[in-house]
Amino acid sequence: MTTVSMTVNGRQVSADVEDRTLLVDYLRNAISLTGTHVGCDTSQCGACVVHVDGRAVKSCTMLAVQAAGSSVTTIEGLATGDELHPVQAAFREHHGLQCGFCTPGMIMTAVDMIRRHGGQLDEATVRHELEGNICRCTGYHNIVKAILDAAAKMQMPAAAE
Amino acid sequence: MYATNFSRAANLADASAKMGAATDGKYLAGGQTLIPTMKQRLAAPSDLIDLTRIPDLSGIKADADTVTIGAATRHYDVATSATVRGAIPAIAALAAGIGDPAVRHMGTIGGSIANNDPAADYPAAVLALGAGIITDKRTIFAEAWFQGMFSTALGTDEIVKAIQFPIPAKAAYAKFPNPASRYALAGVFVAKMKNGSVRVAATGVGEGGVLRFPALEAALQANWSAAALANVAVSPEGLLSDIHGSAEYRANLVNVMARRAVAAAG
Ligand SMILES: Cc1cc2nc3c(=O)[nH]c(=O)nc-3n(C[C@H](O)[C@H](O)[C@H](O)COP(=O)(O)OP(=O)(O)OC[C@H]3O[C@@H](n4cnc5c(N)ncnc54)[C@H](O)[C@@H]3O)c2cc1C
Repeated sequence: MTTVSMTVNGRQVSADVEDRTLLVDYLRNAISLTGTHVGCDTSQCGACVVHVDGRAVKSCTMLAVQAAGSSVTTIEGLATGDELHPVQAAFREHHGLQCGFCTPGMIMTAVDMIRRHGGQLDEATVRHELEGNICRCTGYHNIVKAILDAAAKMQMPAAAE
Repeated sequence: MYATNFSRAANLADASAKMGAATDGKYLAGGQTLIPTMKQRLAAPSDLIDLTRIPDLSGIKADADTVTIGAATRHYDVATSATVRGAIPAIAALAAGIGDPAVRHMGTIGGSIANNDPAADYPAAVLALGAGIITDKRTIFAEAWFQGMFSTALGTDEIVKAIQFPIPAKAAYAKFPNPASRYALAGVFVAKMKNGSVRVAATGVGEGGVLRFPALEAALQANWSAAALANVAVSPEGLLSDIHGSAEYRANLVNVMARRAVAAAG
């Protein structure tokens, strides 16, 4: 057992886990944040995407000890109190989810892509950037719409400056 | 995944010492190949020695003739590097097409080269440009490095420090990705070097991993244009045949991707 400490959604956390413990299992089991999902468990589907030190990664393909000392953001860390993050709000508005299983990973991937591309996002870029996130319900159309709308809305304050 | 002991190496000497002390150790970089392999119990190292915190193992340098990429440099950082985009844009574009964003945020060039997956992208660039692989012990050139599928000249405790690419006059990479895995079904890197020589290497197609195509090279040497390749036959002999595509299909893809790459290189 190793004591693994990190910052998750701004909160300092610590747990004794085996070195083989995956980051996703640390989040779900050791610190009880079950918003991050395990979909395929083979690095393909992206349901487990979280941000580690500001970058989107698949938490089923990283050990918790690799993230020791890092700052991690999960789906639980996006909203401000009762106010949804603009990407969460856009997914609701545009029906970007059906069963909702892939949604945490989709949203964490979307937030990361909007941060990297800013106002430069177009449909082709969004679809390319979503290659690591699989959805079996929506056909992606409304997910793409939601991300483009959120990106536009998040750009507005910056554009007004 | 079987139990394992994880530790971070502070520097190269520390990494070698930790490897020496392990019963069956493995170096860990981005983990985008090794961790899935361990989860499937196809690998069960007693110890994992994380190389990514070694300061001089990450980063990109360039001079007039070469670009040197540290082994622990992530695919995303290569894809977005102004230095790489300026000197060898084909490598930045190649890195931008590996897997998906989350894989690119973690995966490293050193891990890709050490692993030598027969469908990985970087090996095509390394072989086409005749890059040097700099380890903690020696420099090995591409031809001697790649020794068949998942096999390289790397010693068990040897560490890849950096890959040094000669800057070509022109180069481009064209990839036909497997739509499910994103790995290359055929990926062709074409390069015209500053001394005028032409090299063409392809990944995803060879039974023995990445390989060069002398007939395509000769045609492009005589006439650097996509049209020059129109009638050059690529033999399916020695090419992979699997559920994703027959050897004949891949042979055709090599020619098509080579033409697209030459057109893109200009
Ligand atoms: C969903 C998915 C899609 C992918 N798609 C592609 C793709 O389209 N194209 C592609 O090319 N790759 C693809 N990959 C693989 C990815 O690029 C890997 O990151 C890469 O192959 C291995 O790099 P790594 O840093 O993750 O290495 P690791 O997984 O950490 O290590 C791989 C091997 O290399 C050894 N190693 C690592 N660094 C060193 C070093 N410096 N010195 C000596 N040995 C070392 C390790 O011991 C291990 O044996 C994909 C992976 C996933 C999960």
